[in-house]
Amino acid sequence: MSILINEKTKIIVQGFTGDKGTFHAKEMIEYGTNVVGGVTPGKGGTTHLGKPVFNTVADAVAATGAEASITFVAPAFCADAIMEAADAGIQLVCSITDGIPAQDMMRVKRYFMRYPKERRTLMVGPNCAGIISPGKAMLGIMPGHIYKQGNIGIVSRSGTLGYEAAAQMKQLGIGVSTSVGIGGDPINGSSFLDHLMKFQEDPDTHAVVMIGEIGGPQEAEASAWVKENMKKPVIGYVAGLTAPKGRRMGHAGAIISAAGDSAAEKSEIMRSFGLTVAPSAGELGSTVASVLAKL
Amino acid sequence: MDIHEYQAKELLAGFGVPVPRGSVAYSPDQAVYTATELGGWHWAVKAQVHSGARGKAGGIKLCKTYHEVDAAARELLGKRLVTIQTGPEGKPVQRVYVEVAEPFERELYLGIVLDRKAERVRVIASAEGGMEIEELAHSAPEKIMQVVVEPAVGLQAFQARQIAFGLGLSIKQVSRAVTAIMGAYRAFRDLDATMVEINPLVVTKDDRVLALDAKMSFDDNAMFRQRAVADMRDPSQEDPREVQAAEHNLNYVGLDGDIGCIINGAGLAMATMDTIKYAGGAPANFLDVGGGASPERVANSFRLVLSDKNVKAILVNIFAGINRCDWVAQGVVQACNDIDITVPLIVRLAGTNEEEGRRIIRDSGLPIISADSLTEAAQKAVDAARAHAAS
Repeated sequence: MSILINEKTKIIVQGFTGDKGTFHAKEMIEYGTNVVGGVTPGKGGTTHLGKPVFNTVADAVAATGAEASITFVAPAFCADAIMEAADAGIQLVCSITDGIPAQDMMRVKRYFMRYPKERRTLMVGPNCAGIISPGKAMLGIMPGHIYKQGNIGIVSRSGTLGYEAAAQMKQLGIGVSTSVGIGGDPINGSSFLDHLMKFQEDPDTHAVVMIGEIGGPQEAEASAWVKENMKKPVIGYVAGLTAPKGRRMGHAGAIISAAGDSAAEKSEIMRSFGLTVAPSAGELGSTVASVLAKL
Repeated sequence: MDIHEYQAKELLAGFGVPVPRGSVAYSPDQAVYTATELGGWHWAVKAQVHSGARGKAGGIKLCKTYHEVDAAARELLGKRLVTIQTGPEGKPVQRVYVEVAEPFERELYLGIVLDRKAERVRVIASAEGGMEIEELAHSAPEKIMQVVVEPAVGLQAFQARQIAFGLGLSIKQVSRAVTAIMGAYRAFRDLDATMVEINPLVVTKDDRVLALDAKMSFDDNAMFRQRAVADMRDPSQEDPREVQAAEHNLNYVGLDGDIGCIINGAGLAMATMDTIKYAGGAPANFLDVGGGASPERVANSFRLVLSDKNVKAILVNIFAGINRCDWVAQGVVQACNDIDITVPLIVRLAGTNEEEGRRIIRDSGLPIISADSLTEAAQKAVDAARAHAAS
C-alpha cells in the first residue's frame, strides 16, 4: 500500500497544455500514473497527450471521475485553480507552483473549511516537488528512477533534499512507500502532522523520514504528536544549522524569525520527543538503515 | 521586502492611521527647509535605514532649533548606521525623516503579523510601548493582548475595541485607537504585508493616537500585484551581492565562511552548507541555482560566488530532478573556460543523467575534483579550501 495516491488514482492536470504542465504530465504518464485528462480554460473539447482537455475542473470530474489534481498554474492564478478543484470535489490537490502570495493561501485554506470533513480537499504544497508512490504513481516533478519501491515513508519540505534521502536509501537497498513534499512556503496546504497520521494508518509503511528546515512551528507540532501517538519509528532531519537569523534562505518560509525556528532548536525538539535525528544530510540513508536494523 | 519608516507612514496614513506630520529629506538644507515648512517647536530627525533599534544607535535626534536640525542631518546623512540588527557593517543613511515631535503621555505597542501556526493574521498589542515585543513575550507574556483574524470577514471593530479597552484607554481615546488598529489591518491586508509594527503607538495629551514609528514588511510573492509598494524598494539597504543575484533571478545569501556553494534547491543548499560545517569547514554563501540550471545561470552563479574574496574553494552540488546532470556539467565546463577560476572546484552530480554528466566533467581535462556523495563532496571541499588557503 501507500498513502495519498496509487496506480488506480484518477488524476487530472490543471494547466495541462502549458510548457511545464505538458512536460511533467508526459513524465507522469510514462511513469504509469493514471492521468485521465487535464484542464485549460478555453481549450475544452481538444485532446492533449492523448487525453481529453476540459474548460473547468467540474467538467473534468463529471466526465472522468477524477479524484486528484496537480496544478501547473502561474502564481497569480493558482489560488483560484485550487479553490476550483476543491469546489468540484477533488479530494487531493497537489500544487507545484512556487510564488503564491501568503494571503491567497490563507484564503484557500479558509475555503476548504466550507466543506464537511468527509469531502474536504487535502492539499499538498504549494512550492513542492509533489507526491510519489514508487512503482505506482507520480503526482509531481521528481525523477522517478531514484525511488525504490518499499516500506519507508518520506515527508519533506524540500524537494531536492527528499531526493537526496530517497537516493541514499536506494543505494542501501531501502525502498519508499510514498514520498510527500509539503513545500517550502510559510503556509502549506498540509503539514508534516497530516502525513504522519496517514503513514501511521498505512500497514506497508514501517518507518517515516521527516525532513524539515528552519522557520515555522510544524516540525515541533509533528514531533510532539509522534511522542504521544506514533507507533512507527520516525527519523528526523532539519536543514539550516548554518542559516543566519532573519534571512530568507530561498524558500519563502525558510526564515528564522521566532523562538523555536532554528535548525538547532528543532533538532533538539525532535530528539526530546524520541525521534532519531540524522547527524547530517549525508547520513539520512545510513540513519534509516540503523533504525531499521533495530526493528 | 522591507521599506523605510517614512514610506510605511505614508502607506498607513492612506488607510487612516494618524501619523505625526513629517517629510523626507536628502540633504541638510532640505531637512531645515522641511522643518520650517512643518512648523512647530521641536522636531525629530530620523535616519532612514531598514533596521529597528535606531534610537539606541544614535539614529534619531530630537532638535529644538533649525540649527540643531541642520547639525543632526549633517551628522546622519552619508554615514553608515550600526544598530544591534544591522551587523557591524551597518546600513547607509541616504535620507532622513524630519517630523514634528509631539509630546505624548503613553506609549503603546501595536503589531500585525502573519501567524504561521494559526495560518491567520494576528493582531498583537501591549500597553508597554517602546519595548521590544520579543523581550516582553519572555518577561511578561500576560501583558500582551492578541486577536486572531478570521480571513473570510477580516478584522472586526469589536476585536479592535477589545484591544483598545484592554490597553486601558479612555472612551475618547478608544475610538481613535480603533481607527488606527482597523487602518493598520486594512493596510496589511490590502498591500499584502507580512508584518506591520507600530512601536510606539502614542497617546498625546489631547487624546490623539499617533503612530510615532512604523515598520512594514511585505510578501515578495505578492509584489506582482503591488507595484506601488515594489517601487519603494531601496537596494542601498541590501547586500550588493544579493541585489546582483536578484537581477539574475538567483537566490543568494552571503555568509562569513570560505567555501562558495552553488546548489539546486533551497533545502539541499541549506543541508549542503550544514554538511560543510559538519566536516569542519564554513560556507561562504547560500545559493540556489534553481530548477532550470542553464549554462548561463551556472556561469552567473560562478561570477557571484567568486565576487566574495573570502572564497577559497567552490562546491557545486546538483541533485537533478527537472535539471539534467549533462546540461549542468556542460554549464560548469563552459563557465570554467569563460571565467578565470583560481580556487579549487568540487563538483557532485546526482539524479537524472548523472553518468553522462560525470563523463563530461572527467573528459573536460579541467582540474575539477569529483565527488559521488554529499558527505564526500563536503569533505573534499573543506580539505581543498584548507590546502588552498595554505598555499
